[in-house]
Parts: sequence; structure tokens; C-alpha cells
Amino acid sequence: MTVINEKEKISERKKNVVITVRNLKTYYPIFGGLFHRKIGVVKAVDDVSFDLYRGETLGLVGESGCGKTTIGNTILNLVPATSGEIYFEDDRIDNNFTQDYRKKIQMVFQDPDSSLNPRWKIVNIIGEPLRILEGMKKRREIRRRVLELLETVSMKVEHLDRYPHEFSGGQKQRIVIARALACNPEVIILDEPTSALDVSVQAQILNLLKDLQIEFNLALLFITHDLSVIQHIGDRIEVMYLGKFVEEGTIDDVFYHPTQPYTKALLSARPTFDPTTRSNRIILEGEVPSAINPPSGCYFHPRCPEMEDHIGCNIEEPTKISISETHHIWCQPFKNGKKF
Amino acid sequence: MTLTEKKEIIEENRKNQMKSAIKEDSNLLLQVKNLKTYFYTEEGIVKAVDGVSFNIFKNEVLGLVGETGCGKSVTALSILRLVRSPGEIIEGSIEFNNVNLLELSEEEMRSHRGNDITMIFQDPLNSLNPVILAGDQVAEVFLLHQEEELNKIIDVRLLERDKLVQELKELKKEFKENKEQLSETEKEEFKVKIKDLKKKIPKAPNLKDVALEKAEQIIKEVGIADAKQILKRYPHELSGGMRQRIMIAMGLSCTPLLLIADEPTTALDVTIQAQILDLMKNLQKKFDTSILMITHDLGIIAELCDRVAVMYSGNIVEYATAEDLFKNPRHPYTQGLIGAIPSVEKKDTKLTVIRGMVPNLIYPPSGCRFHPRCTERLEICDKIKPRFLEINDRYFIACHLFDPEYKESPKYQWDETESEESYKV
Repeated sequence: MTVINEKEKISERKKNVVITVRNLKTYYPIFGGLFHRKIGVVKAVDDVSFDLYRGETLGLVGESGCGKTTIGNTILNLVPATSGEIYFEDDRIDNNFTQDYRKKIQMVFQDPDSSLNPRWKIVNIIGEPLRILEGMKKRREIRRRVLELLETVSMKVEHLDRYPHEFSGGQKQRIVIARALACNPEVIILDEPTSALDVSVQAQILNLLKDLQIEFNLALLFITHDLSVIQHIGDRIEVMYLGKFVEEGTIDDVFYHPTQPYTKALLSARPTFDPTTRSNRIILEGEVPSAINPPSGCYFHPRCPEMEDHIGCNIEEPTKISISETHHIWCQPFKNGKKF
Repeated sequence: MTLTEKKEIIEENRKNQMKSAIKEDSNLLLQVKNLKTYFYTEEGIVKAVDGVSFNIFKNEVLGLVGETGCGKSVTALSILRLVRSPGEIIEGSIEFNNVNLLELSEEEMRSHRGNDITMIFQDPLNSLNPVILAGDQVAEVFLLHQEEELNKIIDVRLLERDKLVQELKELKKEFKENKEQLSETEKEEFKVKIKDLKKKIPKAPNLKDVALEKAEQIIKEVGIADAKQILKRYPHELSGGMRQRIMIAMGLSCTPLLLIADEPTTALDVTIQAQILDLMKNLQKKFDTSILMITHDLGIIAELCDRVAVMYSGNIVEYATAEDLFKNPRHPYTQGLIGAIPSVEKKDTKLTVIRGMVPNLIYPPSGCRFHPRCTERLEICDKIKPRFLEINDRYFIACHLFDPEYKESPKYQWDETESEESYKV
């Protein structure tokens, strides 16, 4: 019985896919030399596939420079994809990104200061997508809608006619979120929305995002480097290293049974109050290699503490290994035939 | 084990602790008393640090934690007397090894900076000079503060060199005198000998070369394998982790008594942060340095620090050993701060939110500065400033809830609608 139920659940979820990404590659060209020729590429995102379901929060986690933000930008078509496919529901959007999708997919950036025009009033900032995408023209209509939006993010009437510099960091981030909500989006891509904020303000924003997600049934793609944040707010998680996924699964899968060596190290590197996790800390040596000429085989092998135990780390690219229905890793098999 | 035996052991432990506590008092390194640093701006006086007192013992790591704008960094800068105009240290004393730093002349202060007390800043790219080689920057510290020691090394080397030069001279003399009596083969032998000796004589050492050698040593110490290569690189050629290691190397180069680290890992990734924290832990033991660790990350404090001071709006509100503080935070602000950190246990519940915002430091709230945001607020809280009391062994707190004199004051009734509103900031 239970097996059938689980299958039903999965097929039900399949129907609810909002964004599908298949074999996405985004390369940035490097120009140089005498005639400013293309002399190489940075493989920012290298063969990545995932699904985003309605009403869920998918975390995209990794160190700086691993391509998290590039995935977000590519979905929004701010950066052209080199190859691969991106679908919104059933429509392909990577080569045909119309205004309609701009409404449905919105983004919140890391630094609220630089995403708000300092010379514009809050009404105009939040009203801009209403004018451009929704085609609203009457000022009174726009004001009414903006006030509605401000109220959903717990702000008040008197904030309508102020300028961005009059607000604190947390309030600015609320304004940015209100603007993202303006066109009733189905997906919001959040690029490190809380990393510029203090812990207590971060808590406010995370609570707000949870409420909004339930209220509007939003799918959130949450890009962050803070593992505890995603552990708190996320449903599923993708761990990235140098443009590739290394582990994916539900929060419980990844946080309680991390299997890929990089994920293990990343999880153990978090500073915690708990003295037990501190004792078995894995400290990685060296630094993230350059994405211009990444190491051969598995990109992680020069730093991998478990390299001795696996076969062919420096020769072959890692393969996708399923651990359970939801939990996958990219790694090489063990030498002694041990299972993951 | 019987109960009495257990009691005995506990009793003995307590005595030992008392002894160590007394011992530590004689080990006092830095004592900050009632420090006040104000900034005189056009809008008014910003009371960035308003009556802060704490002390650091030898070989101890003290954590200073608080939100943005609570005066953590200004406290650190005040210790080094680096507060820039319009800022000014108004009151208080900073005793370092029984010398009040605030009474020293600028010249004397400069001999302490970078020598006994050093500082690591948050952003290593901004604190390194972009047009000077990394090695030269580290070597500069030695040239500035350890010239005497470098000269000693040079003297020793010069003596050795002089010996060799003398030897060479004698050999040449011998060769000249006996030139006619020697056979061809013997002459050849002599020439080879002279050549070998010439090779052995090193270049005359100069200050900068010796300083660079020392720099190489210290850079190796902070876990950079190819130190020689790194010496000849510019800061922009190094990664974030490397730069921070160079900063730490500069900080530790004179084996300081006190190292002030101002958010040393905020600009770094988690895995690199773990490396740097591990390094600091090891170096602290190796060099017997005390560290004042300034951060907003309570996790780092729990990892690294022996004691913690929690700052709020220019005051220290709670000051205790890390163990006590994390096991049982007492001040409502500390409780709120710890409650705001996302974790697994809080997954299905909402995070605790401290109502309201950090107050303006020009017109800080009356009485306890935390009272407009405090859930445990008493009637007295907005009238009288709480005293900084030691309620337990080495557990200090500034809160009326723990002050026997005001404890009995009636609880303040929050206006529900008002509190509802003030949550939404």
C-alpha cells in the first residue's frame, strides 16, 4: 500500500513541476590576446539538471564562484545559456523568453541597497513592474496595488512616499520582496536574500518568506551559502561544486545522511554550538580550483579526503548514483566494492 | 563510588577552580574600564561605546559579539587608539600590562601597535597595499618593530662571513708566497681550493633580506606551503583565504601579547573559514597569544572563545564563559539573538524575532537601552540604567531582572496592538 501511495505522490508532484532544467551549460567566454580573441571559457554551470515544484523551496548551496547565481541568471535569461533546455511548465523558455515569463518568474538580489534606485520613491519602485508588465496606467490604481503589496510584507501607508535611504536593511529587503510579488509570480529566485543582514533581521525575513510562500503557493529557488538558513527554510537542496551538482536530495537526506565527501566536509565546516559535531570536523585542504582549467576527472579530487578509497577519481568524470528515490550523488564507486 | 567520595571530589574541584581563578587574576593582560567613545557628528553625538568594561587574561580568547552598529569595532579601535576624528575617547582607562594606553604619547603608542597589540581586519583586500608585494608588506613589520633583533642576526652572520674572508685571504697569501716552489698539479689544487672558498662566502647580509627571510618563515607558519613564491606576489594575485593568512602572518610576526581579530572570516567561504579558525586556534596555543575575537556569528564564538561579551547598542549586556552563556543565556537580548539563528530544531516553528529595530545611537532609549524591544520588560526598565553585576562566579549581566534591588518591580504590560505593530518593522 505504502509503495503505491509514494508513487502516487511522486506522480502528483511531477504534475506540479514549474521549472524544468535539463543539461544546462552556461559558459562565459574569456577574451584576450592581440585582437581581443576568445581564448577560453569559464565553465560557470556545467551540465546541470533539476526540477522545481510548485510551492516548494529548493536550496542551491555552494561556495562562492561555484555557479549558483549563474543558474538563477540563466533561468531569467539575463545570461544566455550555452546549451541545454529550460522549461516553464511545458513551454521552453531559454530561447523564447517573453514578457509573460518575466511576470511569472521574479528575482530578489543579495544587496537590497543596489537593487533599489536611490532617486525613486517606494511607490515608483514597486509600481514599475505594474506599469511595464501589467500595463497599469492610472496612478491611483498603482498606488492602491502598491499599498496592498506593502501590507503583505508588513509595511505601512506612510512608507509609500519615502526614498530607499530612509529605510533599514531589513526594510529595504522587504521592499524588494514586495516588488518581486507585484505581478503575482509563480516562481521567485532568491539570490542570497539574507546574507547582508543581521541574524535577528534575517529571522524576520525568513519568517516573512515562509508566510508568503504558503499564502501565494510560491516556488522558491533559494540560492545561499549559509547551510543553516536552507536547513531551516528549504524542502530540497542541491549542493554545487565548481559548476556541477555533487549531491541532491531532501533536507533530511542531505543534512542527516550526507554521502558525497564534499557535502560531508561542507556540513562539518559550519561553526556550531554543539560540541559533538565539532570533534569530527573535516577540514579541507587547499582552495576551490579555477573554473577556467578545472582538474581532470572529478573536480573535487585534489581536495577530497576520501580520494584513496574510490576508483579513478582523477581520470573519469563522476557518475550519478542513486541512494534513494530523492537522494542522488555524483561520485566514483568505492575500491573495495562498499556501497554508499 | 560513594556519595561522600563524590562530594569530596567536587569540593576539591571547586578549590582548584578558585585557585586557578586567583591565578588568572595575576595573569591579567588587558583591562578596559568604563570606556566611552563618542563621535561628534553634525546630527549630534553618537555614543558608539558607552561605558564598556571587560578584561582579557593571558592566553585567553575573548569573544565580542553583537549586531551591526553596536560598537564592537569601535571598541577594538579604541584599544589601539585608532579612532579617527570626529570620534574621540571621552572617558575610561585601557590598562595593558599595567600601562594605561590612553595616557601614552603618540610615539609610545606606535611602539605598541603592531608589536604587542596587533589587529586583523575584516576585509583582507582592503587592508593590504595593492601596489606592494605581499612579502615586502610582511617584512615591513619586522623592519619597523624588530630592527634590533634583525641587526643581531646580521652581526652573527657578518662575523661568520669575516672568518671565511680571513681564511680566503690567508690562503691567497700562502699561494703567492709559495708560487715558485709548487708543481703544476699543486698549483691547480690551490686554485680549486680558493674557488671553493670564494663560493662559500655569502653575500653581505642586509636588513631587508633578513626581514624577508623572517617573513618567509612566518608565512610558512600560517600554512602556506610555497612561501617563497607567495613573497613575490601582489595581493590581487592571492585568493581570499591566502590574503587572510597573510594578514594573520603580519599580525603574529612580532609574537604579540594581544591579537584583535575584527570579523576575520566574514568575507570567506565556510570551508576556508574552517581552515582559518583552525589555524587561529593552533597559533594561539603555539604563540601564547590572547585573542579578542570580534564577530556577529555566535557559532564562531562557541567554537573558539573561552569567554564571551555580548554587546548591545554601545554597552556590554552579558559577559560570561562561553560554556555558561550558551548553556543558559540569561539576558533577554542574548536569548533573542540565539533564538533567531535558524536550526533543525526550529524547523517547523517560526524563528524568534526581536521586536523593533536597533536604536539610534544619537538618542538612545532611556534606562536600559534594550527596553523598547524586551519581552521581559519591567516597569523600572525605562527609568534606571541597569548596573553591571556579577551574579555568579565570573558571570556578569546588566539587567534589572537579575538585580536584587529592582527584581521585584512589576512587569511591564505590553500593549498587544502596539507590540503587534512593532514586530512588523
